[in-house]
Amino acid sequence: MSQSLNSYLLISAALFSLGIYGLLARRNLIGMLIAIELILNAASLNFLAFNKFLSPDKGWGQVFSIFIIGLAAAEVAIGLSIILYLSRGSKTINIEDVNKLKG
Amino acid sequence: MISEIVFGLLVIITLAGAFCAVTLKRIFYSILSLIVALFGLACLFIYLNSEFIAVMQVIVYIGAIGVAMIFAIMLSAPATQKLQERNSKKIFKAAAVGLLFFVGLTRIFWRTVWPAPAVKIDDFSVKHLGELLLAQYPLAFEVISLVLLVAILGAILISRDTGT
Repeated sequence: MSQSLNSYLLISAALFSLGIYGLLARRNLIGMLIAIELILNAASLNFLAFNKFLSPDKGWGQVFSIFIIGLAAAEVAIGLSIILYLSRGSKTINIEDVNKLKG
Repeated sequence: MISEIVFGLLVIITLAGAFCAVTLKRIFYSILSLIVALFGLACLFIYLNSEFIAVMQVIVYIGAIGVAMIFAIMLSAPATQKLQERNSKKIFKAAAVGLLFFVGLTRIFWRTVWPAPAVKIDDFSVKHLGELLLAQYPLAFEVISLVLLVAILGAILISRDTGT
């Protein structure tokens, strides 16, 4: 397997599609969070691949990746605390059983 | 030559980890395979000359997010809880949508002719990265720190035990 831009884009597309599949197929909230992590990492890989092969300034893509990592950390912190809250209140983290917004 | 073989192995590890992360039934195993996939991605980032991002990936994703997810699974869904049945029709639909995305994305980037950049600053160093963050994009840097602060406060507020 050669290291060209297209091979990285292919890996990233595969990761993104796996993330989409997981997001749609899973009914467990933590499973969906895992799928979102895969999607964000596919975006990060895309940014770094374009950064290496096409970007005029080799720092831009890395800055974007840092922001993606920061946002993923924030998203996981909020998501996990919501999951803990739900599991304490309704004893389930299956999204089809969580249909009340008012806790 | 050896670089190509290692690259191929890393790609296989990453994709296999990602595949297990979305398909395994037990959520604990899928978190572990997500960690494998993230580690493979960190190694791929080294191939893309972004060593700093690779180290950050290992520290933040594997060290913090992976452990936080394992904590959440331990606190919310005990391993003794029975596994839910899977709806095969829904799985098939989800796989079809995922495949559609993959084919569409592949077609798009395979047909595109990427133009080579005119100017080139071949500086992958952390020094250059710090200059970009603090001199060229300080507003984005400040906003992301504010987002993290609000997220941490929100996480504490949401998961606080209000029952007693």
